[in-house]
Amino acid sequence: MKQLTVISGKGGTGKTSITAAFAALAHNHVIADCDVDAADLHLILDPVIRKEEPFFGGRLPVLDRDICDECGICADQCRFDAIHAFTIDPIACEGCGVCAHVCPRKAIIMEETQNGHWFRSDTRFGPLIHARLGIAAENSGKLVTLVREQARLASETDKKDLIIIDGPPGIGCPVIAAIAGVDLVLVVTEPTLSGIHDLERVLGVARHFAVPALVCINKADINPDNTATIRTYCKRNHLGIAGEIPFDPAVTKAMVAGQSIIEYNDSFVSEGVKQMWNRIMASLQDKSPDNPSVKIP
Amino acid sequence: MQISVASGKGGTGKTTIATSLALSVDNTLYVDCDVEEPNGHIFLDPRITERVSGGIPVPRVDESLCTHCGLCADVCEYHAIVVIKDKVLLFSELCHGCGGCTYMCPVDAIEEVEREIGIIEKGIIGAKTFLQARLNIGEPMAPPLIRKEKTFLDHDKTIIIDAPPGTSCPVVQAISGTDFCVLVTEPTPFGLHDLTLAVEMVRVLGIPAGVIVNLADIGNKDVWTYCEREGLPILMEIPFDRRIAEAYSRGIPLVNAFPEYKEKFSDLYHTIRQRTAS
Repeated sequence: MKQLTVISGKGGTGKTSITAAFAALAHNHVIADCDVDAADLHLILDPVIRKEEPFFGGRLPVLDRDICDECGICADQCRFDAIHAFTIDPIACEGCGVCAHVCPRKAIIMEETQNGHWFRSDTRFGPLIHARLGIAAENSGKLVTLVREQARLASETDKKDLIIIDGPPGIGCPVIAAIAGVDLVLVVTEPTLSGIHDLERVLGVARHFAVPALVCINKADINPDNTATIRTYCKRNHLGIAGEIPFDPAVTKAMVAGQSIIEYNDSFVSEGVKQMWNRIMASLQDKSPDNPSVKIP
Repeated sequence: MQISVASGKGGTGKTTIATSLALSVDNTLYVDCDVEEPNGHIFLDPRITERVSGGIPVPRVDESLCTHCGLCADVCEYHAIVVIKDKVLLFSELCHGCGGCTYMCPVDAIEEVEREIGIIEKGIIGAKTFLQARLNIGEPMAPPLIRKEKTFLDHDKTIIIDAPPGTSCPVVQAISGTDFCVLVTEPTPFGLHDLTLAVEMVRVLGIPAGVIVNLADIGNKDVWTYCEREGLPILMEIPFDRRIAEAYSRGIPLVNAFPEYKEKFSDLYHTIRQRTAS
C-alpha cells in the first residue's frame, strides 16, 4: 500500500482541486482529507456518510465553584493567561493541567474534551475518510493522525493499494502529521514570489522528515519568469516536476458544479493533470535511484 | 486599534489586503502572524532593524539531583518528559512550556532553558513599522511563537495583523485581542465553506467582523446571500483582473500597482473605525 500527500506551503494554490482530480483518475484507492480545520474536498466528492465518530483531542480543566476558595494560585501559575476572575477561558487554555495540580483544594479536574468529528464515507471515487475540527479547537495534528490511521485501516479492510491524502497549508504540526512516513508528497505551487518562498520552506519540512517530493507548478502561465525560476530551483535541487498546469477559469466552474476538472471538461488542465498523475504513479512504483522523487534533495 | 485579516481558506488574498491596508493608513504596524509561511515581507520589503530568538521554556534535568520519582512525567499532558528506571528522557518538540514539571519536581532537579522555535524580526518600511516571525523548519508549534511575537506589539500604532489560514489554534492566537477582523473570501464553494467556519470562529471569540470578496466576479453569488443572511457587512469587492494577479506574482502590493485602490483602503479603515466605535 502506497501513500501520497498533496501539500503546498502557501494556501490556495489548488491542492484540493488537484486531489479531487486524482481521486477521479485513481483506481483501487482510499481518499483522506487531512486539511481538518478547513476541509473542502467533500464539496466535490459529495460523500454519503457511513460512520461518524467523535474526536477527543485532549483534556481541559473544569473548575468546581463549590470547592474553589478563590486563592488565585491557579491563575498565578498559568503560563497561557487562561484564568481570569476564577474562570477558565477554554480558548486560551492549552490543557496543560498545571492549574489542576497546583490547586490546594483540588477544585479543578481535567476532563476529556470532544474537539470534533471524523467520518468514514462512500463517494463516487471510493471511500473517503474526513473530519471536522471543532471551531477554535486545539490539536489538529492529532486529528490528522487519526484520519490517516482510519484511512490505513480502510485500505486494509477494502484491500486498497493507495491512499491519496489532501494536506493542509503551512509547515506546522498538521502538515508534519500529514506527511510523516508517506511514500511521496506532491507540492503544488504557483509562479508567484509568495508561492516560491513557501515552496522552499515546505520542501525543507519534507527533507527534514525524509519524505520524497515532486513539484507541480499550477497556473504556470500567470508568470513565465517565475515558472522558469521554479524549474531552475527544482533542477538545482534534483527535484522532479510532475506537471505544469495552465491557469483556466474552468477549474472554478468545475468547483461550482461540484465536479472534479476531469469530469467537467476535456481541457488543457484535465490533460495536464492526467499526465501528471501518470508520472506520479510511475514515480510511486519506481524504485530506481534515478527516480527524482526517490532522491532526497 | 488592532485589525486582523483572516480567511479560513488559504490563498484568498489575506496578505494582499493586510499589506495594502498597512500602506494606505498613517502610523501603521504591519504584523505577519502567518509564522509558518510569512509572505508580507515580499510585498513590503522592510529594512530589518532587530532580530530576536523566539523560544519556549523547556525543562533541563539535573540528573545528580533527580530521584527518578516520575512525578514530572505524570503531570506532563504532552508526553514531553518520560522517566525510565534511572534516566529522564526529554522530547522537547512536544513541550508547550507550561512549567508543570518544574513546579511539581519535589527535589528542584528541573530548571527551564529557552529552546528556539523561530525568529522574530522588527523592521521599518519608510515611516511605517513591520513585525514578523518565522517558525523554524521542522518545528510543529506555531502558537507559542505567535504569542511571543505579539509581545512586541507597539500599541501606539494602528496594528494590522496578517493571520494564517485555517480556523484552529494558530489563527485564534493571531486574531485574539484584535478589535475587528476582516475576513477575506472568494465567491466559490470552497471560499464560502471556509468563510462560514471563520465566521463561527470570530463569533466564538467575540470579535466584530466584515467580509472582503476577492475575485468577486468568479464563482457564484452564494457568498453575498450568506453574508446578507448572517448580517455580515461586505466591506470591499475586488474583481478578478489578470493584471492584479501578475502584480501579485511579482510581489508588488495592490495599492502600489493600482494607486486608485489607496482611497478604497483608506475608506475601509474609516469604515472599520466607525464600526468599532459604536
